[in-house]
Amino acid sequence: MKITAQYGAGRLTLRLAGELDHHSAREGMAAIERLLDEYMPRDAALDLSALTFMDSAGIALILRTERRMRRCGGRACILNPASQPLRVLDAAGIERLIPVRGGTQ
Amino acid sequence: MKAENYIKLEFPSRSVNEALARAAAAAFAAQLDPTLDELGDIKTAVSEAVTNCIVHAYPDCIGKITLRLRIIDARRLEISVKDTGRGIEDVARAREPLFTTGGEERSGMGFTIMESFMDSVSVRSKPGRGTTVVMRRELSARAVK
Repeated sequence: MKITAQYGAGRLTLRLAGELDHHSAREGMAAIERLLDEYMPRDAALDLSALTFMDSAGIALILRTERRMRRCGGRACILNPASQPLRVLDAAGIERLIPVRGGTQ
Repeated sequence: MKAENYIKLEFPSRSVNEALARAAAAAFAAQLDPTLDELGDIKTAVSEAVTNCIVHAYPDCIGKITLRLRIIDARRLEISVKDTGRGIEDVARAREPLFTTGGEERSGMGFTIMESFMDSVSVRSKPGRGTTVVMRRELSARAVK
Protein backbone atom coordinates (compact mmCIF):
# COMPACT_ATOMS: atom_id res chain seq x y z
CA MET A 1 0.00 0.00 0.00
CA LYS A 2 1.18 3.52 -0.81
CA ILE A 3 0.07 6.65 1.06
CA THR A 4 0.35 10.13 -0.37
CA ALA A 5 -0.59 13.31 1.47
CA GLN A 6 -2.01 16.61 0.35
CA TYR A 7 -2.54 19.53 2.74
CA GLY A 8 -4.55 22.71 2.38
CA ALA A 9 -6.73 24.96 4.59
CA GLY A 10 -6.46 22.78 7.69
CA ARG A 11 -7.36 19.57 5.88
CA LEU A 12 -4.96 16.69 5.30
CA THR A 13 -6.06 14.31 2.56
CA LEU A 14 -4.40 10.90 2.81
CA ARG A 15 -4.69 8.92 -0.41
CA LEU A 16 -4.33 5.18 0.14
CA ALA A 17 -3.45 3.15 -2.95
CA GLY A 18 -3.04 -0.61 -3.41
CA GLU A 19 -4.04 -3.30 -0.91
CA LEU A 20 -4.67 -2.73 2.81
CA ASP A 21 -4.52 -5.91 4.88
CA HIS A 22 -2.99 -6.98 8.19
CA HIS A 23 0.42 -7.25 6.48
CA SER A 24 0.42 -3.65 5.24
CA ALA A 25 -1.61 -2.05 8.07
CA ARG A 26 1.15 -1.63 10.66
CA GLU A 27 3.42 0.26 8.31
CA GLY A 28 0.40 2.19 6.99
CA MET A 29 -0.68 3.28 10.47
CA ALA A 30 2.85 4.38 11.36
CA ALA A 31 2.99 6.45 8.15
CA ILE A 32 -0.39 8.05 8.90
CA GLU A 33 0.66 8.92 12.46
CA ARG A 34 3.86 10.52 11.16
CA LEU A 35 1.86 12.61 8.69
CA LEU A 36 -0.67 13.68 11.36
CA ASP A 37 2.23 14.70 13.63
CA GLU A 38 3.82 16.66 10.82
CA TYR A 39 0.75 18.57 9.59
CA MET A 40 -1.44 18.62 12.73
CA PRO A 41 -4.58 19.06 10.60
CA ARG A 42 -8.04 20.05 11.82
CA ASP A 43 -9.61 17.55 9.41
CA ALA A 44 -8.21 14.32 8.04
CA ALA A 45 -9.77 12.73 4.95
CA LEU A 46 -8.91 9.16 4.03
CA ASP A 47 -9.27 8.95 0.27
CA LEU A 48 -9.92 5.29 -0.62
CA SER A 49 -10.59 5.74 -4.35
CA ALA A 50 -7.33 4.01 -5.33
CA LEU A 51 -7.54 1.27 -2.71
CA THR A 52 -8.09 -1.96 -4.65
CA PHE A 53 -8.51 -4.22 -1.61
CA MET A 54 -9.24 -3.76 2.09
CA ASP A 55 -10.20 -6.17 4.87
CA SER A 56 -10.94 -5.65 8.58
CA ALA A 57 -7.35 -4.47 9.13
CA GLY A 58 -8.48 -1.39 7.23
CA ILE A 59 -11.38 -0.92 9.64
CA ALA A 60 -8.90 -0.92 12.55
CA LEU A 61 -6.68 1.61 10.75
CA ILE A 62 -9.63 3.90 9.98
CA LEU A 63 -10.95 3.74 13.57
CA ARG A 64 -7.50 4.45 14.97
CA THR A 65 -7.12 7.47 12.71
CA GLU A 66 -10.58 8.72 13.72
CA ARG A 67 -9.82 8.28 17.45
CA ARG A 68 -6.52 10.04 17.09
CA MET A 69 -8.17 13.02 15.31
CA ARG A 70 -10.99 13.20 17.86
CA ARG A 71 -8.53 13.21 20.78
CA CYS A 72 -6.96 16.34 19.32
CA GLY A 73 -10.32 18.04 18.74
CA GLY A 74 -10.30 17.27 15.01
CA ARG A 75 -12.42 15.17 12.68
CA ALA A 76 -11.88 12.41 10.17
CA CYS A 77 -13.87 11.21 7.18
CA ILE A 78 -13.65 8.64 4.39
CA LEU A 79 -13.72 9.77 0.76
CA ASN A 80 -14.76 7.91 -2.39
CA PRO A 81 -14.25 4.28 -1.37
CA ALA A 82 -13.90 1.92 -4.33
CA SER A 83 -16.40 -0.92 -4.61
CA GLN A 84 -14.69 -3.68 -2.56
CA PRO A 85 -13.62 -1.42 0.34
CA LEU A 86 -17.15 0.03 0.39
CA ARG A 87 -18.66 -3.44 0.89
CA VAL A 88 -16.31 -4.01 3.85
CA LEU A 89 -17.15 -0.58 5.33
CA ASP A 90 -20.86 -1.36 4.99
CA ALA A 91 -20.52 -4.83 6.55
CA ALA A 92 -18.72 -3.28 9.53
CA GLY A 93 -21.34 -0.51 9.88
CA ILE A 94 -18.60 2.12 9.81
CA GLU A 95 -20.95 4.97 8.89
CA ARG A 96 -22.22 5.04 12.46
CA LEU A 97 -18.73 6.09 13.55
CA ILE A 98 -17.19 8.09 10.73
CA PRO A 99 -18.75 9.89 7.74
CA VAL A 100 -18.31 8.27 4.32
CA ARG A 101 -18.51 10.67 1.37
CA GLY A 102 -18.82 9.65 -2.23
CA GLY A 103 -18.23 6.12 -3.45
CA THR A 104 -17.45 4.57 -6.79
CA GLN A 105 -18.98 1.66 -8.57
CA MET B 1 -22.20 -33.83 -3.01
CA LYS B 2 -19.50 -34.31 -5.60
CA ALA B 3 -16.46 -32.04 -5.64
CA GLU B 4 -15.90 -31.11 -9.25
CA ASN B 5 -12.61 -29.37 -8.83
CA TYR B 6 -10.39 -28.48 -5.89
CA ILE B 7 -7.07 -27.01 -4.78
CA LYS B 8 -5.02 -27.35 -1.64
CA LEU B 9 -2.42 -24.78 -0.72
CA GLU B 10 -0.11 -25.00 2.28
CA PHE B 11 2.02 -22.11 3.48
CA PRO B 12 3.72 -20.76 6.63
CA SER B 13 1.87 -18.20 8.78
CA ARG B 14 3.82 -15.21 7.49
CA SER B 15 1.73 -12.10 6.91
CA VAL B 16 3.19 -11.65 3.43
CA ASN B 17 1.20 -14.78 2.46
CA GLU B 18 -2.20 -13.11 3.13
CA ALA B 19 -2.15 -11.56 -0.34
CA LEU B 20 -1.01 -14.84 -1.91
CA ALA B 21 -3.85 -16.79 -0.25
CA ARG B 22 -6.62 -14.45 -1.42
CA ALA B 23 -5.14 -14.17 -4.93
CA ALA B 24 -5.02 -17.98 -5.19
CA ALA B 25 -8.63 -18.23 -3.99
CA ALA B 26 -9.74 -15.62 -6.54
CA ALA B 27 -7.87 -17.37 -9.35
CA PHE B 28 -9.53 -20.69 -8.48
CA ALA B 29 -13.00 -19.11 -8.16
CA ALA B 30 -12.61 -17.38 -11.54
CA GLN B 31 -13.65 -20.60 -13.34
CA LEU B 32 -17.17 -20.07 -11.90
CA ASP B 33 -17.39 -16.74 -13.75
CA PRO B 34 -18.17 -14.76 -10.57
CA THR B 35 -19.23 -11.11 -10.55
CA LEU B 36 -16.64 -8.58 -9.37
CA ASP B 37 -18.51 -8.23 -6.07
CA GLU B 38 -18.51 -12.01 -5.57
CA LEU B 39 -14.79 -12.17 -6.31
CA GLY B 40 -14.17 -9.34 -3.83
CA ASP B 41 -16.25 -11.11 -1.18
CA ILE B 42 -14.27 -14.35 -1.61
CA LYS B 43 -10.93 -12.54 -1.39
CA THR B 44 -12.06 -10.65 1.72
CA ALA B 45 -13.33 -13.75 3.54
CA VAL B 46 -10.12 -15.69 2.77
CA SER B 47 -8.01 -12.74 3.90
CA GLU B 48 -9.88 -12.58 7.22
CA ALA B 49 -9.62 -16.30 7.91
CA VAL B 50 -5.91 -16.47 7.04
CA THR B 51 -5.14 -13.36 9.10
CA ASN B 52 -6.88 -14.95 12.09
CA CYS B 53 -4.47 -17.91 11.83
CA ILE B 54 -1.44 -15.62 11.63
CA VAL B 55 -2.48 -13.34 14.50
CA HIS B 56 -4.30 -15.72 16.86
CA ALA B 57 -3.37 -19.34 16.08
CA TYR B 58 0.38 -18.74 15.93
CA PRO B 59 0.98 -15.54 17.96
CA ASP B 60 4.60 -16.33 18.85
CA CYS B 61 5.71 -18.71 16.13
CA ILE B 62 5.39 -19.58 12.48
CA GLY B 63 3.02 -22.48 11.86
CA LYS B 64 1.33 -24.22 8.98
CA ILE B 65 -1.85 -22.92 7.31
CA THR B 66 -3.79 -25.09 4.86
CA LEU B 67 -6.19 -23.41 2.44
CA ARG B 68 -8.56 -25.66 0.51
CA LEU B 69 -11.14 -24.67 -2.07
CA ARG B 70 -13.56 -26.87 -3.90
CA ILE B 71 -16.46 -26.47 -6.27
CA ILE B 72 -19.60 -28.44 -5.49
CA ASP B 73 -22.66 -28.81 -7.73
CA ALA B 74 -21.36 -26.38 -10.36
CA ARG B 75 -22.14 -23.10 -8.52
CA ARG B 76 -21.15 -23.66 -4.91
CA LEU B 77 -17.73 -22.80 -3.56
CA GLU B 78 -16.43 -24.24 -0.31
CA ILE B 79 -13.40 -22.66 1.34
CA SER B 80 -11.59 -24.24 4.25
CA VAL B 81 -8.80 -22.57 6.26
CA LYS B 82 -7.05 -24.82 8.76
CA ASP B 83 -4.30 -24.28 11.30
CA THR B 84 -2.75 -26.46 13.99
CA GLY B 85 -2.18 -23.58 16.39
CA ARG B 86 -3.40 -22.73 19.87
CA GLY B 87 -7.13 -23.01 19.16
CA ILE B 88 -10.03 -20.92 20.43
CA GLU B 89 -11.34 -21.40 23.99
CA ASP B 90 -14.74 -19.81 23.36
CA VAL B 91 -15.77 -19.85 19.69
CA ALA B 92 -19.12 -18.08 20.28
CA ARG B 93 -17.35 -15.19 21.99
CA ALA B 94 -14.65 -14.99 19.29
CA ARG B 95 -17.40 -14.59 16.69
CA GLU B 96 -19.03 -11.64 18.45
CA PRO B 97 -18.67 -8.31 16.61
CA LEU B 98 -15.90 -6.10 18.04
CA PHE B 99 -14.50 -8.89 20.23
CA THR B 100 -10.74 -9.18 19.79
CA THR B 101 -7.68 -10.25 21.72
CA GLY B 102 -5.50 -8.67 19.05
CA GLY B 103 -5.18 -5.18 20.55
CA GLU B 104 -5.49 -1.85 18.77
CA GLU B 105 -4.28 -3.22 15.44
CA ARG B 106 -7.35 -5.45 15.11
CA SER B 107 -10.97 -4.36 14.77
CA GLY B 108 -12.72 -7.50 16.01
CA MET B 109 -14.78 -7.49 12.81
CA GLY B 110 -13.13 -10.44 11.03
CA PHE B 111 -15.83 -13.05 11.72
CA THR B 112 -18.61 -10.49 11.16
CA ILE B 113 -17.22 -9.75 7.70
CA MET B 114 -16.78 -13.46 6.86
CA GLU B 115 -20.39 -14.07 7.94
CA SER B 116 -21.81 -11.20 5.93
CA PHE B 117 -19.91 -12.16 2.76
CA MET B 118 -20.46 -15.93 2.87
CA ASP B 119 -23.67 -18.00 2.96
CA SER B 120 -22.36 -19.99 5.92
CA VAL B 121 -19.32 -20.00 8.20
CA SER B 122 -18.57 -22.88 10.54
CA VAL B 123 -15.75 -22.95 13.07
CA ARG B 124 -14.33 -26.07 14.67
CA SER B 125 -11.64 -25.54 17.25
CA LYS B 126 -9.82 -27.44 19.97
CA PRO B 127 -7.62 -25.54 22.40
CA GLY B 128 -4.03 -26.61 21.82
CA ARG B 129 -4.90 -28.50 18.64
CA GLY B 130 -5.98 -25.91 16.12
CA THR B 131 -8.93 -24.40 14.26
CA THR B 132 -10.70 -25.09 10.97
CA VAL B 133 -13.00 -22.49 9.41
CA VAL B 134 -15.27 -23.72 6.60
CA MET B 135 -17.11 -21.14 4.51
CA ARG B 136 -19.61 -21.73 1.74
CA ARG B 137 -20.93 -19.41 -0.94
CA GLU B 138 -23.24 -20.08 -3.82
CA LEU B 139 -22.37 -17.92 -6.79
CA SER B 140 -24.96 -16.29 -9.01
CA ALA B 141 -25.94 -18.13 -12.17
CA ARG B 142 -24.94 -15.84 -15.01
CA ALA B 143 -26.15 -15.95 -18.57
CA VAL B 144 -24.11 -18.23 -20.81
CA LYS B 145 -21.99 -16.08 -23.08
